[in-house]
Amino acid sequence: MSEHTYVPESKFGKWFNDRLPLLTLSKHLQDYPTPKNLNYWWTFGGILTFCLVTQIITGLVLAMHYVAHADLAFNSIEHIMRDVNYGWLLRYIHANGASMFFLAVYIHIFRSLFYGSYKSPREIIWILGMLIYILMMATAFMGYVLPWGQMSFWGATVITNLFSAIPFVGESITTWLWGGYSVDNPTLTRFFSLHYLFPFIILGLVVLHIWALHVPGNNNPVGIDIKKPSKDTVPFHPYITIKDLFALLIFIIIFSAFVFFSPNTLGHPDNYIQANPLVTPKHIVPEWYLLPFYAILRSVPDKLGGVILLFASIFILLALPWLDKSKVRSAIFRPIYKQFFWILVIDVLVLGYMGAMPAEGLYLLIARIGTAYYFLHFLVILPVLSSYEKTEPLPVSISEPVLKG
Amino acid sequence: MLKKKLFAKFLFVFIIFNSNLLAAEKKLLHVDWSFKGFTGKFDRSSLQRGYQVYNEVCAGCHSMSLLSYRNLGEPGGPEFPLNEVKNIAASFEVTDGPDDQGEMFTRPGRPSDKFVSPYPNVNAAIAANGGAYPPDMSVLVKSRKGGADYIYSVLMGYEDPPANIKLDDGVYYNKYMDGNKIKMSKPLMDDIITYADGTKATEMQMAKDVTTFLTWAAEPHLEARHKMGIKVMIFLIILTVLVYLSMKKIWSRIDSEM
Repeated sequence: MSEHTYVPESKFGKWFNDRLPLLTLSKHLQDYPTPKNLNYWWTFGGILTFCLVTQIITGLVLAMHYVAHADLAFNSIEHIMRDVNYGWLLRYIHANGASMFFLAVYIHIFRSLFYGSYKSPREIIWILGMLIYILMMATAFMGYVLPWGQMSFWGATVITNLFSAIPFVGESITTWLWGGYSVDNPTLTRFFSLHYLFPFIILGLVVLHIWALHVPGNNNPVGIDIKKPSKDTVPFHPYITIKDLFALLIFIIIFSAFVFFSPNTLGHPDNYIQANPLVTPKHIVPEWYLLPFYAILRSVPDKLGGVILLFASIFILLALPWLDKSKVRSAIFRPIYKQFFWILVIDVLVLGYMGAMPAEGLYLLIARIGTAYYFLHFLVILPVLSSYEKTEPLPVSISEPVLKG
Repeated sequence: MLKKKLFAKFLFVFIIFNSNLLAAEKKLLHVDWSFKGFTGKFDRSSLQRGYQVYNEVCAGCHSMSLLSYRNLGEPGGPEFPLNEVKNIAASFEVTDGPDDQGEMFTRPGRPSDKFVSPYPNVNAAIAANGGAYPPDMSVLVKSRKGGADYIYSVLMGYEDPPANIKLDDGVYYNKYMDGNKIKMSKPLMDDIITYADGTKATEMQMAKDVTTFLTWAAEPHLEARHKMGIKVMIFLIILTVLVYLSMKKIWSRIDSEM
């Protein structure tokens, strides 16, 4: 932010800014030179910030009425739905908001994969983003447990049981996580406590994520380095703010359609049955956004193996900037990578679908192939492509056409 | 471009595959419910009749512990007049206390009381019903896949079992129940009750009315939600158009340079 030598006009402004340069920061955010060719896939950063703030505000009010106790939680949610003023609205925004948050984050991540936004010099932005994503999954999982319905309880049982696969200390870790010898009241109260904490850690990471972004500036659809500020850039305000706002409104329309007209479509009916440790649901399934990982987990016949693969599938993403060494960022100029990108998208969707199906027969076979391909993509295809792919010539700048070689 | 087409094709196949799998499951009876759709509302008289069916047929075994009698008079529900709500509440004996002497006592119900449950606890309910717990009906519609259609289908799905299926005592055959076996005997028969408003109490009429009532019980703010949703949508669409036009105007300065 050193490019600014901003001096506020008013005397008080100058006095204040000398002591806490908030006005300099504000000026920096307004002027921040942004590539002018950003497409709508770039609007999801703003959308995600909106999602986080929405979840925090609705969650804050919900927490005023919710009771974190195994005997009372289910009914306290129904109390919110029935008797709290606009409680139904808050809860439906919060529950559907989680789904919308993940929808946006998946688009955001795949945008980064397509345009190579994780590559040098943006590795730290990518890693921070992945940490946010991992925390989001943990937060969403614990949030889903809070209504203490059947899927809450059994989902919590399945996921916490994963840790029991760790050799030697697994059982002890699971007991420690539960706060007892089964998923029960202590589990619920600690999940509530952490579910309240994590969003603020996410918020902190988001600040770092944006800070790290503002050092090199945005990547762009053609993926080349650009001079800033120049003919290739526009100031963030008003050009990007208005565009982000337009995209956000479209997003909110879709969001509202779920909240007002189909609020339970993305949830599972079993979660409207109070948790019962004596009755196991026929199929225990996580929320849709965790399904691909659930498919990976179940594709291994061995419990420990499944858990290792599950964690590997997430943590492998942290290493992505070093697995894909191609100097060219954007898939637009990488004819072969572009195809593999779409195959990966399909692979993840297929895995998600298999995660929702019973782990047997053809479903299991497809899930196994999908899992194998997922790792093949990151561990073999990307490194090989970085050395052998013949990329297309890059343009010199955003405004100028490609130089024909 | 080709990739995009391939992707779209794939999505299409994916959706077809998905919907075929869903269709392979038993097809539920479908009713054209008045509460479906963007402007869906409950049929007030159907809700009132539905309460009567619940009270006279279901409530003998099924609790509805999350509802209060006052809900019956609130907007968006059956909207019984206040004096009728008071009469309904007063027709139930509510255990209250302890009093000054430390004794529990019973008194007539008040609108603020929760619906009185037929059994003192879950175990008593199970014991009285041949080992099967009659589920609480407060959120029943939302806790079953298929929702209102499913409840209606089960109510209408009682049949004589096929010759190859033998049923134990106290188990009944139902076309739409999981595994086709249900421990609740056929609850609705023509003219089992006499509707207060003179509507003919056919099995189908009662099934529709009680399902409507149960849907409201599970989602008491459905009408308010739909009403607000329409307003929110209109607001958002107008705002989006305005923002779009502003965006075009602002970006025209840049686009003209390009």
